[in-house]
Order: sequence, then C-alpha cells, then structure tokens
Amino acid sequence: MSDLLEITGLTKQFPGVLANDNISLTVKAGEVVALLGENGAGKSTLVKAVFGLIKPDKGQIKISGNVIEYGDTAGVIAAGVGMVHQHFQLVPVMSVTENIILGDEPRRGFFINRQSSRKQVIELSKRYGLEVDPDAIIEDLPVGMQQRVEILKALRKDVKLLILDEPTAVLTPQEIDELLLVIRNLAKSGVGIVLITHKLHEVMAVADRVLVLRGGKAIGFTSPKESDEAGLAQMMVGRSVVLRVDKKPAKPGKAALEVRGLQVLDDRKLLSVKGVDLTVHSGEILGVAGVEGNGQRELVEAICGMRHRVSGQVLVAGVATKDMHPHAVHLAGISHIPEDREKHGLVANYSIADNLVLNQFDQAPFAKGWVRNISQVNSNADAVVEKFDIRTPSAQNLASSLSGGNKQKVVVARELSEDLKVLVAAQPTRGIDVGSIEFIHNQLIAARDRGAAVLLVSAELDEILSLSDRIAVMSGGEIVAIVDSKDADRNYIGRLMAGMKA
Amino acid sequence: MSDTKKKGFDLGNWMIPIIAVAIAMFIAGIMMKLQGADPISAYKTLFTTSFGSVAGFSATLGKATPLVLSGLAVTIGLRAGLFNIGAQGQLISGALATAWAGYALTGLPAFIHLPIALAFGIFFGGFVGYIAGALKAYRGVHEVITTIMLNSIIMALSDYLVVYHFREPGQLLTRTSEIQKSARLPFIFSLPLGFFIAIACAVLAWWIMTNTTSGFRFETVGRNKFAAWYAGISVKRTLVMAMMISGGIAGLGGAVETLGVTYRFEPAFNAGLGFDGITIALLGRAHPLGIIPGAILIGGMRAGASNMQFVAGVATELVDLLMALILFLVTAPLVTRFFKNTTSKSVTGGW
Repeated sequence: MSDLLEITGLTKQFPGVLANDNISLTVKAGEVVALLGENGAGKSTLVKAVFGLIKPDKGQIKISGNVIEYGDTAGVIAAGVGMVHQHFQLVPVMSVTENIILGDEPRRGFFINRQSSRKQVIELSKRYGLEVDPDAIIEDLPVGMQQRVEILKALRKDVKLLILDEPTAVLTPQEIDELLLVIRNLAKSGVGIVLITHKLHEVMAVADRVLVLRGGKAIGFTSPKESDEAGLAQMMVGRSVVLRVDKKPAKPGKAALEVRGLQVLDDRKLLSVKGVDLTVHSGEILGVAGVEGNGQRELVEAICGMRHRVSGQVLVAGVATKDMHPHAVHLAGISHIPEDREKHGLVANYSIADNLVLNQFDQAPFAKGWVRNISQVNSNADAVVEKFDIRTPSAQNLASSLSGGNKQKVVVARELSEDLKVLVAAQPTRGIDVGSIEFIHNQLIAARDRGAAVLLVSAELDEILSLSDRIAVMSGGEIVAIVDSKDADRNYIGRLMAGMKA
Repeated sequence: MSDTKKKGFDLGNWMIPIIAVAIAMFIAGIMMKLQGADPISAYKTLFTTSFGSVAGFSATLGKATPLVLSGLAVTIGLRAGLFNIGAQGQLISGALATAWAGYALTGLPAFIHLPIALAFGIFFGGFVGYIAGALKAYRGVHEVITTIMLNSIIMALSDYLVVYHFREPGQLLTRTSEIQKSARLPFIFSLPLGFFIAIACAVLAWWIMTNTTSGFRFETVGRNKFAAWYAGISVKRTLVMAMMISGGIAGLGGAVETLGVTYRFEPAFNAGLGFDGITIALLGRAHPLGIIPGAILIGGMRAGASNMQFVAGVATELVDLLMALILFLVTAPLVTRFFKNTTSKSVTGGW
C-alpha cells in the first residue's frame, strides 16, 4: 500500500529553538503511528507543518504522493487529512447533528436540510461503529461522547489520515479504553492514524509503530512489540545531555517540609494525588521523578496553596499551612518557582524591577506604610540583575522583553532573595537555554547548601538525577518509591515511572 | 515598539488619540461640506467660542468638570482590568443623592454643607459601583453586563424617586427643589471650583496609582490576576475596591455637576456625561492625567456647539458625531488589546 503521509528531512528553526531537526516519518493506510514526546519535543510543530501552517526550513511533506505547499491548508484538508484537537472545536449549545454538519451543511434551497443531515450522521455513526445520539445537545454530553462527535466531524469529510492531538488528556480511564478501541477500528477500516501523546500505556495498547521525539530530534522508531513501557520512557526522557552539576554531599538537617496523606483533585475533579507522604529535610534536594500527568502538578499546587487539598496536611517546620492561600503559605516559609512562569510567575508588562518585588512590594524596604519606595525597588533590581546575570539593557525594561531563560531567572531570583526555608521548584528549567539551566541548577544547589529544603519536580529525568539527594518516583498519583540518588539506577527509575512494579 | 516602562509621558503612546481626533475632525468636516456648510468657519467658531475668551474658557471648564471625573472613573476601572460601562448610572445616583442633600439639609454653613453634599454623591455612586464589583468578584458576573443593567435600573429608579418622593412641591415638571445657596460650588477667579476638585482628584489618582501599594495592587490585578493571586494580593477585594472607587468618582462627577451647574436634579440633566467618560478614558489612554486634555477638548466642543450652530449653521449634533468618530477610531485598536490581553502594550500599559 502506498504512503498516505510522507515526511522527509523536516527541519524547522524557531528563534532560539530547533523545533524539528531533520525528521522523517511515513504513515500508511490502516496504520496507527504514535508520536511520543514530552511537551516541547516538537510534536505540534510537526503537525502544523503537515497542515501547511508553518513553513519548514528544510524537508518535504507529501500527502498521497502530492507535495504540500506552505499555506495550502485547504488543500491538505481536501486531500483527506483530519484533525481532532485536544481542545474540542464544538458549539456547546448546538446538537450533535448540527455540530457535525457545521461548515458543509446539506441544503434544500436556502435552508438546511435537517432530515438528510440527521440521516447522514446516523449513517456515519453506523459505518464507523461510533454510536451517538444525533439530537443530543453537546453540552449535555460527557466529554468522551463529545470527543466522539469531534471524531465523526473529522470522518465525515472522507478522511484518509486522522491526527489525534493528546486525545486522552481530558478523558476518564473508561473513556480512554473506549477511544483506544475506536482508534483500532478506524485503522482496520483503512484510515491512517497519527496519535500524539506522552502517555506510554496508550502507545503500548494501540500503536503499530512509535516515533519518539525529544528536543526536536527524532530519537527513533520502535514498536510495542520491540519495546516496553520502560524502554519508551527512557527514549522519551532521554539520556543525551547529562548536565553534570558539582555538588558536595548533602548535610540534611531537620524535617523542614512535611506532606502528610495529601489528596488532591485535578481540573476534571478526578483524584490525581492519592495520598502522598513526603518529608524534605533542610539541606537536601528531594527530586520528584515521573512521566508528566501523574499528579506532579497537582501535588505542587496543593503544597503551595494554589489548589484545594481534599485531605491531608502540609507542614513547614512542624506547623500546618493554610489551604488555598498562596500568600499565607509563602509567609509560612515556602518559596515557589511555579511551573507556568508566564501565568503565575510574572506580570509581563511590568518592569523587571517590579516583577522582582512582586510578592514583597508592600513590605520594608520596598514600601514604607502605604507608599512604595521606588528607589529601593530599583536599586534592588539593579543588584539582582547583576548577581543573577539577567540579560537586559535595564531593569526598567518590561519582563515581556526577556528571553525565557532570563524570565525564569527573574522568578528564581525573587524566590531566592529571601531567607529561604523551603523551596518548591516545578519544572524550573523547562524550555530555557542551556546557560540559564546551568545557572539555575547552581542556584538550587547553593540554596540547599545554605540550609534550604528543596523539593524539585521535573519531567527531565536527567535533571532529577543530577540534582537530587533523594529521588521520589511518582506514578498514577502515588509516590511508588523513594530512593537515595547514590543507588539510583536509570532503568529501575524508568520502570517505576512507567507504573510497573519494579 | 518600545519596551521600556517610562514614568513620564511617552509621545509615541499619544499618537493614536491625537491622530484619531484629527481624522474624526476631517471626516466630520467632509460631512459638513456635503451639507453645504463651511467646516473651517464652523471649527473656528467652535474653538474661539470655547477657548477664545475667559468667559468661554470658564464655560468650557464647567463642561469639562464632570467629564474629567467620569473619565477618571472609567480609567480607574480599566487600570484594574475592569470595563466600567456604568459611570452614567453611578453619576446619576451621585447627582440625585447630592441634590437631596443640597435642598433637604438646611441651616448649615457652606463649609459643612458642601462637603456633606459632595460626600452623598461619592457614597451613592460608590455604592452602585460596589454592587457591580461584588457581583464580579464573588459571583463571577461580568462587569460590563451588570453595569449596563445597573444603568437602566438607576435611570428608572431616579425617575421614580423624583416623581413620587423628591419632587419640588407644587411643581409640574419632574424635578427636585433647588439646592440651598450654602451647597453651591463657588467660582474662583471666574473659574468653577468643581474643575479644581476634579483636577485634584485626577492628580491624586495618578499619584496613588504610581506610588502606593494600593495602586500597585490595582495595576497588578489589572495586568495579570493569576500572578497577583500567587503574589498574595486579594484579587476579589481589589476588584470590589476598584469598582467602588470608580463608582465613587463618577458619583462625585454627578455631585459637582449638581452643585456647580444645574443646582437641582432633573432626569434630563446629566445625559450622556457618564458615557462620554468612556470616550475620554480611552482617548486619554487610561492615564489619570491623560484624561484631562481629553475632557477639556470634549468640554470645549460641548460649550461652543450652540454658538457654532448660530454662526455657521451647523447643528449641535455635530459634536456627538465627532465624539462617535473619535470613540470609533480610538477604541478599535485599544479594545481589542484590552480584551485579548496578549500584547505587552495593553490599554493599561501606556506609561
């Protein structure tokens, strides 16, 4: 059978990031190919290139033998490529039928032909074995059903190649099982499928072949037959650049941060942290390793008072902290480098100087009573810019003018600029340049050596391995093991991350 | 695009409003020409009437006074990320409350009566703002919706109150009694005192926004409420405060108009003053001082309009046309930024 999709040597350079580095991929009819990789690995760039939404620097994309021109998105769709987005593109107040026909409605004269629309939807759903109620209103349907509508919508346009972008991110486990079955059936009926995901067990369950991406590079092809989840995990988190960090042995002191029996819900109201116990001593770094989406984000947010704790406690030096109150938690002694620095860490159109005092703007010496001491704010900023090597012409420039690495330095500098007891660092080096990564790593070690308890959460196994004194592995919302980093073995941790009993 | 945050005026940011006014006047001029009137003479009359003499300038400042305050009210909201469409309703509440305090409280000396009457205006305007702010903060209702609805409620309610409760005895017209002499705002060097109050408010607001922790809280919530929350600012409280202060300033606008110009409350008075505040705030790039020239310009047009009709035969509605054109030209780029909140130069980022 001929190739539906043929990508050869695709390369795309964005400012500062090589998003796709010489990637080649073919998809045949009736085949499920998984694109596996962490956030920022280059998956979405690749897909955008297929749709003609970005112009590749090098390489070629062919669909059913025809070369795709940049900008010809309509042509790509006409050639039979459909996509199901992670965030559904449905109109919540309209019916299933209306959503499916939207944009290409069967007409009778000036009006929509409702009867034939409805019939089309029923036929479509029978043909692919995707049961839906054609008259149900979208917003009344469960998420899994909505996704089914999204898939039908794509299939209606005689799709030959279907791209599913993180389709299980919003589904419950039962819905995921159903979806995987649907994917298999679609493939059997001759549709070529590209499944974008970072979840290993889905790949194992459904893919014929797997292309693992990391940092824009194609790490390699494999298949569930040739590999197992641990192998995939290793390929995904990688071992390429092991950043060596010089550090002295830890001198752990008293327990500074204690997490007891913590249970937390995720955005879908599902229990995603299932009773976690952790203790971080002053003067040590405890790394939390895990494949993303296993409850790490919720754990961090709950510890830092940004997400409701269903049950359990977070203690600093033995004193319980307040739930859902980031400022109180901060005052109790937990500093936090948030995962989403753009959203929580910075005010983009404030100056660097103002951002550096964001959580202490009303305290001495930055304010005297009601009045801010702007000259103190500025002299603080000048000193910090110098000390943290923040690359900017002036501390008065807007934070939005900084590069990712320098933005992160602003956040780190602010959180470290106090007498630090506990530091929770969530993905502290995600998406930033190597120089900044090294700098931030050294700052974390220095904070540890000054006696801070550091909880480091990262999806980069290398980061965890090189910085941590002890490593906790998180999988399925639980801490499945805590090991001393001296005894840490990459394969062993990889298997634990994949949710296997070691 | 300049990335530096400057404390002073950055002319680049003021080009949009200046160009908007110029284009609006040009388009309006073409329309006058089409009607057979002479735009040059019309504009000349308009501006010599309002800016050409002390009496004319005094009238202009009188017209500009409530506009400075309603523009400031909308500006304060924008700074905290709120679009207060309700300045009109807040201003009317303030005007009615002040009128009542002005005529019903008798036998007080001016230095007591005046502040009390002004305080009535601030309080009731602020209360209306508080309703919208609390609904936004605690119930998540968008302030644009609530303030528009409150505008209607207050217009109807003030009509009702004046017809059935506060009507001047023996009067057929729907209006309150005239305020006491002791509550009138005096003129200083033939310039209305109210104008100086309004300017003082604008300067104070500017100082608070730039130099105090409260101002910093407002601005932070306006620019990134997630970061504000994370940094320990109570977003809800800040939103309520911002709406309350915004409403209070609009109420003060109504109070000053009542005590300095109309001397009583009549539902037909104050028409559009609050809505003009939106144009002025956007024209002034949501800068507490930037609104002052905007308000004086609009006030001058209002003050010179009838003379322009008399001399050049151009209907006074031309001023409304100009306002509409200015609003259109100024908002198109600004409002998109405000709602998308993506670029570093949002409407609240112009200084």
